[in-house]
Amino acid sequence: MLAFIIRRVLQSVVVLLIVGLVAFSLFRFVGDPIDNLLGQERTIEDIERLRGELGLDQPFPVQYFNFLQGISQGNFGVSYRQGRPVADILVERLPATLELAAISALFAMILGVTLGVYTAIRRDGWLSNAIMTASLIGVSLPTFLIGILLIYVFAVELGWLPSFGRGETVQIGWWSTGLLTASGLKAIILPAITLGLYQMTLIMRLVRSEMLEVLRSDYVKFARARGLPQRSVYFRHALKNTLVPVITITGLQLGSIIAFAIITETVFQWPGVGLLFINSIQFVDIPVMASYLMLISVMFVVINLIVDLLYFAIDPRLSASRGGGH
Amino acid sequence: MASLARALDSDLAYKFRRSPVAMVAAFIVAVLIGGAVFAPFITTQNPFDPAQLNLMNGFTEPLTPNQFTGESFILGTDDQGRDVYATILYGMRISLFVGFSAVIFAMVLGVTLGLVSGYVGGRTDTVIMRIADIQLTFPAILVALLIFGIAKGITPPDRRDEVAIWVLILAIGLSEWVQFARVVRGATLVEKGKEYVQAARLIGRSSVAIMVRHILPNTLGPVLVIATISLALAIIAEATLSFLGVGAPPTQPSLGTLIRIGQEFLFSGEWWILFFPAIALLALALSVNLLGDWLRDALNPKLR
Repeated sequence: MLAFIIRRVLQSVVVLLIVGLVAFSLFRFVGDPIDNLLGQERTIEDIERLRGELGLDQPFPVQYFNFLQGISQGNFGVSYRQGRPVADILVERLPATLELAAISALFAMILGVTLGVYTAIRRDGWLSNAIMTASLIGVSLPTFLIGILLIYVFAVELGWLPSFGRGETVQIGWWSTGLLTASGLKAIILPAITLGLYQMTLIMRLVRSEMLEVLRSDYVKFARARGLPQRSVYFRHALKNTLVPVITITGLQLGSIIAFAIITETVFQWPGVGLLFINSIQFVDIPVMASYLMLISVMFVVINLIVDLLYFAIDPRLSASRGGGH
Repeated sequence: MASLARALDSDLAYKFRRSPVAMVAAFIVAVLIGGAVFAPFITTQNPFDPAQLNLMNGFTEPLTPNQFTGESFILGTDDQGRDVYATILYGMRISLFVGFSAVIFAMVLGVTLGLVSGYVGGRTDTVIMRIADIQLTFPAILVALLIFGIAKGITPPDRRDEVAIWVLILAIGLSEWVQFARVVRGATLVEKGKEYVQAARLIGRSSVAIMVRHILPNTLGPVLVIATISLALAIIAEATLSFLGVGAPPTQPSLGTLIRIGQEFLFSGEWWILFFPAIALLALALSVNLLGDWLRDALNPKLR
């Protein structure tokens, strides 16, 4: 168990170091930082002085080490386009993305499990078939088309919900939340559905197939034979045992939700880090690009690590088999 | 002729004739590809040649005569008087070109690395598969975005529009090679131990010849399935990148660019500028996806 944890943590560190190397190479080799920082009228002395100040005259490994040190202290460099420290911009933008991702994951989880259980119990009902067919189309629809469709129906035609932005936000310390105002809550509905729909269908299909599997198992037959009420069989016996893979998949999908937020944020002009990243690509703002890359990799790696460790905690069979039990 | 007759008589062709879904999907794909290829012959204007456009025709509704010129367009026109029907066919050309090129690029790269990884083994295998694992941790769209951003940073600003299409192909191709490599590596590991490979080695064929002439043909079934599914993914990825404004430039718009342009007119009621390109993209992606699903089942020996 301990050896496993140590190995997983080491692997994660290696992945982060490699991603850090990519991010650093971006800084160092794509576009000349001196060019970007000094204007047209510069002298050789200026260039030499700045080169020394930025440490660009040092060997590559030393520069990389300094870069990692800077990042670990929250120093992500200065945005070429906005002229402000990237760390400040990220802190300002991050709450919007995290709130959107959390609400989407919640939506995907609740609706996905509910529909999955329903379609498994009423396996051949017409509503189940309709839901399954709709989910197939939903998976083929690109995210941005879903967003546009929702905007057209609920913002343009019906006029019920706003089509862009976050609504009013409330500042709590450094965290700005849109979840405490009516306009903020209204604004998050469409983006959250857009972002969560794909994950919702994924969870739904997973729960359905797991449920169908479990419902065929002996202990469910036995529970039925004991004369337990249907509801107790479905929810206390069957559903409980399907939840381990569901938690794993949802956990792993959390990373993709944050990545796919790029698309949703662009459709709805949601002021989060994803929109920031797209703008940084359009304007070739290297420090912002590199920082976003580092930020999202740390999130991915940490999430994967937690899910792996949770798996151990939830499923006792895994640790037993490692001990040579089975 | 003989090989054509044999192909029509094969298992696969038989299964194809038995599956209405596959036939409809193949028909739709054929019509769309045909329309894109022959676009100059079946449209009345080249929508991206300003000399052929008449601004007075702007915002014509589908199937209604324009109030100034009296011309009518089957799918309407956009703000600059471009026939939406023509923009879709020309846009599909770009989408399909990028999609096919990216998949071929990903396939060549992935199959080569998978073969080498599986056949050579050892440290080469570890390095290649570790890279694949790390890349697989991140969603393909994120990888493509990043590669696009880097390539954009390297090219000088005045040449960015020119190379955008090629950068797009590179970015999408590099984001999708992993699936090919994994499957080919797995198949190679199985084939490597078989007697015909040992025999080939015994008569002194070189490693490259064994990999290309003996092992590769036996891995092509799954590669074909992945290529079809990757094509659907690549078309959607291209549309997504172009929609985000980091893909095909406005001078060479793909379906994604058209949807991006159309979105601006959604609020003022000109729904057709967005609606028809979106339907075209959907039909294309869905049909290719269905074909890929069918091919996977048809080539799967377990389902026979």
